[in-house]
Amino acid sequence: MKTTWRLTLALMIALALAACQTTPKPEPVEPTPEPEPTPEVETAPAPDPHDFTDSRNFDNPESLLSKRVIYFDFDKSTVRPEYRGIVSAHAAYAAANSSSRITLEGHADERGTREYNLGLAERRGNAVDGLMSAQGARGSQLVVVSYGEERPTCRVSDEDCWSLNRRVEVVYTAR
Amino acid sequence: MTVNENVKKLLIIIMALLAAQTAYAQLEIEIISGNPGALPIAIVPFQWQEAGPPPVASVDEIVSGDLYRSGLFKPMDAADMVERPVDEESIRFGTWRLLKVDYIVVGSVRTPTDGIGHELIYQLFDVHTQERLLSQVTTVGPGDLRFGAHRVADAIYEALTGVPGAFSTRIAYITATGLGPDQRYELVVADADGFGPQSVVGSPEPLLSPAWSPDGKKLAYVSFEKGNSAIYMQDVATGSRELISSGRGINGAPSFSPDGRKMALTLSKSGNPEIYVRDMATGRLTQLTQHWAIDTEAVWSPDGRYIYFTSDRGGRPQIYRVAPSGGTPERVTLEGEYNARASIAPDGRRIAVAYGRGNEYRIAVWDIENERFTILTPGVLDESPSFAPNGSMVLYATREGNRGVLSAVSSDGSVRQRLILSAGDVREPAWSPVIR
Repeated sequence: MKTTWRLTLALMIALALAACQTTPKPEPVEPTPEPEPTPEVETAPAPDPHDFTDSRNFDNPESLLSKRVIYFDFDKSTVRPEYRGIVSAHAAYAAANSSSRITLEGHADERGTREYNLGLAERRGNAVDGLMSAQGARGSQLVVVSYGEERPTCRVSDEDCWSLNRRVEVVYTAR
Repeated sequence: MTVNENVKKLLIIIMALLAAQTAYAQLEIEIISGNPGALPIAIVPFQWQEAGPPPVASVDEIVSGDLYRSGLFKPMDAADMVERPVDEESIRFGTWRLLKVDYIVVGSVRTPTDGIGHELIYQLFDVHTQERLLSQVTTVGPGDLRFGAHRVADAIYEALTGVPGAFSTRIAYITATGLGPDQRYELVVADADGFGPQSVVGSPEPLLSPAWSPDGKKLAYVSFEKGNSAIYMQDVATGSRELISSGRGINGAPSFSPDGRKMALTLSKSGNPEIYVRDMATGRLTQLTQHWAIDTEAVWSPDGRYIYFTSDRGGRPQIYRVAPSGGTPERVTLEGEYNARASIAPDGRRIAVAYGRGNEYRIAVWDIENERFTILTPGVLDESPSFAPNGSMVLYATREGNRGVLSAVSSDGSVRQRLILSAGDVREPAWSPVIR
């Protein structure tokens, strides 16, 4: 009797344990080998948009690292407060990825003379270079190239267009 | 079509009629505003005495076109000439007085005795006094008949104004055609009347700042072909070229000294743009300016005593000057909020600049002695002034709609003409020195 009871008890415990285990077990084992969703999406967690050392953020529209143009006021080379975050993001990436190389392409709008605008556009590139260097990017990682007014993104003679042309483009030559 | 109409309205189209000419896009020249006080002159068709057929563009047409475009002359249309004298004996001055012509030129073209090239024999008379003011023979090589005609125009211009003509000179300019990846830049050299454009450099990357050597044989310019600005010097006739500077930062704004032995240029290798002087024989560089500001667009005074340049050391761009040996720069332009890219008149007394006010940029001339501006052009995005080697005109770049065109304005502002490329932008004209 006693043994039978014991056996029954043991069986019940075993069964109960088995039951407890079966519920979570089939979940990872059985539905996982589904081939439809690409494993990349499943396995890689979304990058933290504020992790500027993560190169996946270059293509993440949520991240400042995906933004690579800084705009300027007329005849000015001061980085406006709203663009400092973008500059800091790239500085952080450069600081964490010492093999990365960045060309800062300076541009000006069409107003004023071409050679003076070469100087002005370089000054803009230097302003971004200075901020990035202060935040940990190494001098060897950054090159400033001034295009002056020679490479406009837009060719209409009005302020809307000019404001788009007064810019520094952050171009990665190595990530 | 009378010449009077010409002066009022827009005209004169110089065409690439010679089949032999390379077919680069031709500049069209139009007179935008004329001079009512222009001198009436008759350039009688030159008698063609050579064996072959006469050229399509005749010598007298080229001479008339040159004089007309100067704004100082009102050449008579050949179709209105009731008589066509070829020498002094055949001129009936009374007829020309009735036609209200003040001056008359007669001449002929013949093959020199050695059989090579052309000889242009011509005479200039005052119709009223019947005085002979000029009697010359100009000899040019084969294929240089147009050049010879420009030389005739130069001589007539000088005889009647006291100032040497600048018609037998050339202009260099940059063209930009196509968009995006098809964008193409060319450095083009053409006769001063826009004829015979020849591309001397072509690149998918920007070209800018052409500058002539004082002998008119070389051009220095800036090219981005290596991904950054670099200065090259090129022989116009042979096309051979030399890399002058391609260091880190800006390599820009080349300008030859009047003796051709030195070149001023802008380099930002120190961290910001400074003017340097390069010895062309040794390649040795001397730094001329030392300031945190943008110092650029250096240009030599004709006597070589000063280098004028643009600097924003006072807050906004203004013209300064300094001795080529160094020293403390002094500010030259004392009025206006934005004055840049000086071109010095051959007399050294006036400088043409891009004069900016708000969003409007015009060409203005600063009288150095009298410290006064004269605004020459209506704007609104005028830049790159370049004085003619005789100081009579200033060539500059402007925009019409969204395209770049060239214009020339007489140095008193009374006459303006426009040089339009059939497609694309034209910019950064540089007028050559007188080629002898």
